[in-house]
Amino acid sequence: MENQILAVCLPQQGVLPSSAFEVLSAAKNLASQSQGKVFAAVIGDKAQELAKGLTVSGIEKIFAAEHPKLAHNNDEIYAQALSKIIEGKKFGAILFPGTIFGKSLAALMSARLKAGLAVDIAEIGADSSKIKARRAAYSGNALISLHLTQETALFTVLPMVFPQAEKTGSAPETILVPFEPAESKMEYVSFQPEASSEIDLGTAERIVSGGRGLGNAEGFKVIRELAGTLKAAVGASRAAVDAGWIPYSHQVGLTGKTVHPKLYFACGISGQIQHLAGMSSSGTIVALNPDPECPMMKTASLSVVGDLYELIPLITAEIKKRRGG
Amino acid sequence: MSLHIVVCVKSTPTTVNISIDETAGKIKTAGLSYAMNPFDEYAVEEAVRIKEKNPGAVVTALSLGPEHAEAVLREAIARGADKAVWLNIPECDTHNSYGTSHALAQALKKIHAESPVHLVLFGKNASDGNAGVTAAQIAGWLNWPAAISVKKIDSITEAETIVWRAIENGVDVLKLKLPACVGTIKEINEPRLPSLKGKMASKKAVIPKWTAAEVGLKAEDFSSTLEPLKIEKFSAPPPRPAGLKIEGASAAEKAKKLVDILIERKLV
Repeated sequence: MENQILAVCLPQQGVLPSSAFEVLSAAKNLASQSQGKVFAAVIGDKAQELAKGLTVSGIEKIFAAEHPKLAHNNDEIYAQALSKIIEGKKFGAILFPGTIFGKSLAALMSARLKAGLAVDIAEIGADSSKIKARRAAYSGNALISLHLTQETALFTVLPMVFPQAEKTGSAPETILVPFEPAESKMEYVSFQPEASSEIDLGTAERIVSGGRGLGNAEGFKVIRELAGTLKAAVGASRAAVDAGWIPYSHQVGLTGKTVHPKLYFACGISGQIQHLAGMSSSGTIVALNPDPECPMMKTASLSVVGDLYELIPLITAEIKKRRGG
Repeated sequence: MSLHIVVCVKSTPTTVNISIDETAGKIKTAGLSYAMNPFDEYAVEEAVRIKEKNPGAVVTALSLGPEHAEAVLREAIARGADKAVWLNIPECDTHNSYGTSHALAQALKKIHAESPVHLVLFGKNASDGNAGVTAAQIAGWLNWPAAISVKKIDSITEAETIVWRAIENGVDVLKLKLPACVGTIKEINEPRLPSLKGKMASKKAVIPKWTAAEVGLKAEDFSSTLEPLKIEKFSAPPPRPAGLKIEGASAAEKAKKLVDILIERKLV
């Protein structure tokens, strides 16, 4: 087993997001179990500047690749830069963030490096001889345990599972890897930010979701008020989306987003398997529903029976009051 | 020449509510029924829509899988694909995207050699494996560009396509030189049901079955692509701890008790 671990840190709109620090934390976890060493790759148009912010203890070195063409998510050019960083070095495990871009880049690199890939890992570690990891399949109804049998393997780290590595050290030595992009079959045209300023479901620590039980689109007003108070993202069940009460980008579940927040409020969501598939690995699930027998109330960590339009505003007011006092 | 679109479809269990044989460390497959992976319906629909806008375009459905994969290919034809290829490689019947993407890339090379391919479409992910990276991984093997999580195909010619990739905080608008692989998401369209004409065509279709050897794969290819990350076992997720019912004489009392607990657990 090769003991060098590479954590690939990818910027989003010019900053290193929480996913980069989760990847570092997963890499450090693996290193501690395998007497390994953690290296970081920072890629971007201002990679050296970003590297200064990686004040995480336990990183041996940072390899930075920098070029104006790395200002955006161009898979082809990022793959070229990462290949340049990896060239001539040996890594037993290369860890990527589990974002859309991170997964896409990891898949591309897997074929280029002829190395296996396990996506969305929720656990990674090692015993005496091999690197081991775990990921979910069948929408969380099965866990797959796997181990590495070759020199190198690639992993993407499931968002919101590993704690973020703390910035308590000083930034390690950064080596600038000379990089000049070759021709690319992908051209980055433009970035269109999400129209609303709403919090992203995938990386939210708290989510407040509404379902059919709200009865109408107006119901999302009380949901948004509670979400605003909690600094939470707004989610929805498929029933609420199909009814046209809220756009698809808010849908949680099998055909929507899979989320792992620390706190998930399910308001008027009965808990069909399709919805549970997207959120049942949340830390604490709070269910509010008039029906005590529905599946969500049985799955929940905390359940409250009652009228949604009575309960939700009272909970919002209570949180505000306690904060104030 | 006109557009040739390949759409990759997978036969998956009709439910994700599967049970696991903990002793064997395997999924219990007895009694499971199979159908087209629901996410692939969007990819097939998108291929057919592109065909409708580009007269002369041809849609080929491709599936790697055991016997039930053939029925899924017939479903793709019923939904508007012109023809289909069934890749049957028992060694690949695992949850190993590295090995399966390599086998599919080999099949695409063969299809491309017979009739040049412009675009390969995929569903968001398979409802069983949930990886969602096969489109990009196949593109990696073929050295073609790829985009996953695509919510809109803005334009397509025989030379390039402009796609909208939905990411965490917005949309990447990307121009890809063709041939390219594109993974779709649900927002891209609303799939129609199979037409009567399509159903007739699907019954009559002759679907060639390709083996590993026919796409140029040898035994050593499988040992190198299926072994690197070896699946040890499947297991059931740990059950969630029993929940707490919050009771009270009034809604206000319940709300207060709930917030007390959330504060105590440092969740708010």
